[in-house]
Amino acid sequence: MSKYVIIGNSTAAAGCIEGIRSVDNSGEITVVSGENHFVYSRPLISYYLEEKTDLQRMKYRPDDFYEKNKCNVLYGVKAEKIDKEKSEVYLDNGEKLSYEKLMIATGSSPFVPPFKGLDTVENKFSFMTIDDALAIEKTVDENSKVLIVGAGLIGLKCAEGLLEKVGKISVCDLADRVLSSIFDDECAKIMQNHLEEKGIEFLLGDSAEEFNGNTAKMMSGKDVEFDVLILAVGVRSNIAIAKEIGIDTNRAILVDNAMKTSLENIYSAGDCTEYVDFSSNSKKVMAILPNAYLQGNTAGKNMAGESAVFDNAIPMNSIGFFGLHAMSAGSYFDEKDGGKCYIEKGERHIKKLFVKDGVLSGFIIIGDVSKAGIYTNLIRNKTELSEIDFETIKKSPTLFAFSKENRGKMLGGVV
Amino acid sequence: MKRVFVNEKWCLGCHLCEYNCAFANSGLDNMAKALKDKKIYPRIRIEGDENINYAVSCRHCTDPMCVKSCITGALSINDGVITINQEKCVGCLTCILVCPYGCISQNENSVAQKCELCLKNSSGEPACVKGCPNNAIVYEER
Repeated sequence: MSKYVIIGNSTAAAGCIEGIRSVDNSGEITVVSGENHFVYSRPLISYYLEEKTDLQRMKYRPDDFYEKNKCNVLYGVKAEKIDKEKSEVYLDNGEKLSYEKLMIATGSSPFVPPFKGLDTVENKFSFMTIDDALAIEKTVDENSKVLIVGAGLIGLKCAEGLLEKVGKISVCDLADRVLSSIFDDECAKIMQNHLEEKGIEFLLGDSAEEFNGNTAKMMSGKDVEFDVLILAVGVRSNIAIAKEIGIDTNRAILVDNAMKTSLENIYSAGDCTEYVDFSSNSKKVMAILPNAYLQGNTAGKNMAGESAVFDNAIPMNSIGFFGLHAMSAGSYFDEKDGGKCYIEKGERHIKKLFVKDGVLSGFIIIGDVSKAGIYTNLIRNKTELSEIDFETIKKSPTLFAFSKENRGKMLGGVV
Repeated sequence: MKRVFVNEKWCLGCHLCEYNCAFANSGLDNMAKALKDKKIYPRIRIEGDENINYAVSCRHCTDPMCVKSCITGALSINDGVITINQEKCVGCLTCILVCPYGCISQNENSVAQKCELCLKNSSGEPACVKGCPNNAIVYEER
């Protein structure tokens, strides 16, 4: 009987379990869960604050998930060290686990820059885990002034989740635009205007330099008073356990399209990995939930002896703030990168389609996002735009842009 | 497993399937009450132009990107049918971002909705198929 050990208990781990079980129904699976929680959806922590979900509905899988998949889960236990020669994982409770196939799904941790005076701040939080959300919920009240450092996905979702619960929210970021990882200037401005209308204050191109109790001294010289500080500067992949046994790493653990690391019998998936972005053909950390699942699932199948690949991963995001939705996918190659950009815009909406080498390389949409998956699929399939009616599809995503024959294939059989 | 298929040669583009879908999923027993003067949210949509039309609804993929990408676990496969637990869905729309067919949409409460073959509503079998005047939509095994 095969022995599988999974370090981590989030999305990639769940994908891995389902991948293994789709091939091997009897092998022994042990999950090392640092967090004391049943697998839950991490991005839902902002929806929890917003009261759009609750602890039960946040569970990523049904209550009988581990039981049905015959997994032994060790809660509140961390893996400390891997012995690659003996194929053993040492745990912080003094025990060790032996494995035949190992999955490292250690995720990422908030990066907290060494701010001067940070230790003088009483109420400071990161925003990554359910425990962070619960602690923030307990601390804030309707008069709280909240300062969020970081106007990225984590910081702004936190702002959305908290807005109704607190008195004031200010968000600062060194970058001069919001959501700089998914938007260009023009798109960021539309979302920023929307968020400002809802009552969020921004200090962009500016960040905290020093803290003194409840005051942040900003680089611009401004002082910002706050009661609660949220640090959402960025995340770092958790790679120490892999690096120390010689697994190839860069910013994260390097994996191939079968999710194998450089060491035999050791796989990795999720936020702790760096892998090929199909839309730009370069290795990246694409720390997004769908990819974590797809990677984990692929790894699991391979660990159980199948040969599966996930070879068309792209960065992509679907995110809404106060009813205004945004989607992005792929790589934004515009004129300066040898690409071409098709733009359609208004005051509250925008669509940018980026075309390079005759295929759609990426897109950003704010506003009407319906059927956007048709665009995503063009990126994933590297569909030659000369083979479809691009004039039609650029206005709105539709299968009508495909030839009758291809449409027949898409809609006429089992896919 | 039986699925819904469209024959674009026979589709008239009459949009009746959209109305029958919205009615079947309304939970009401009177079509006028369910649909009259209301914006409808059908899970099947007619595409095309003046000459060519066809209906598009969930393909119930065997390896579905929507299920694999769902951030909440609200989408799952049950006996081959891809279903959504709207209580769990928070309306992040990642499923819309990844569905290659454009078959998932937002309902009136801003959460995701999709064709579940009418197996959970009072129609019991796809209402779009039952009500198609030209037999352009069929429910069969292929």
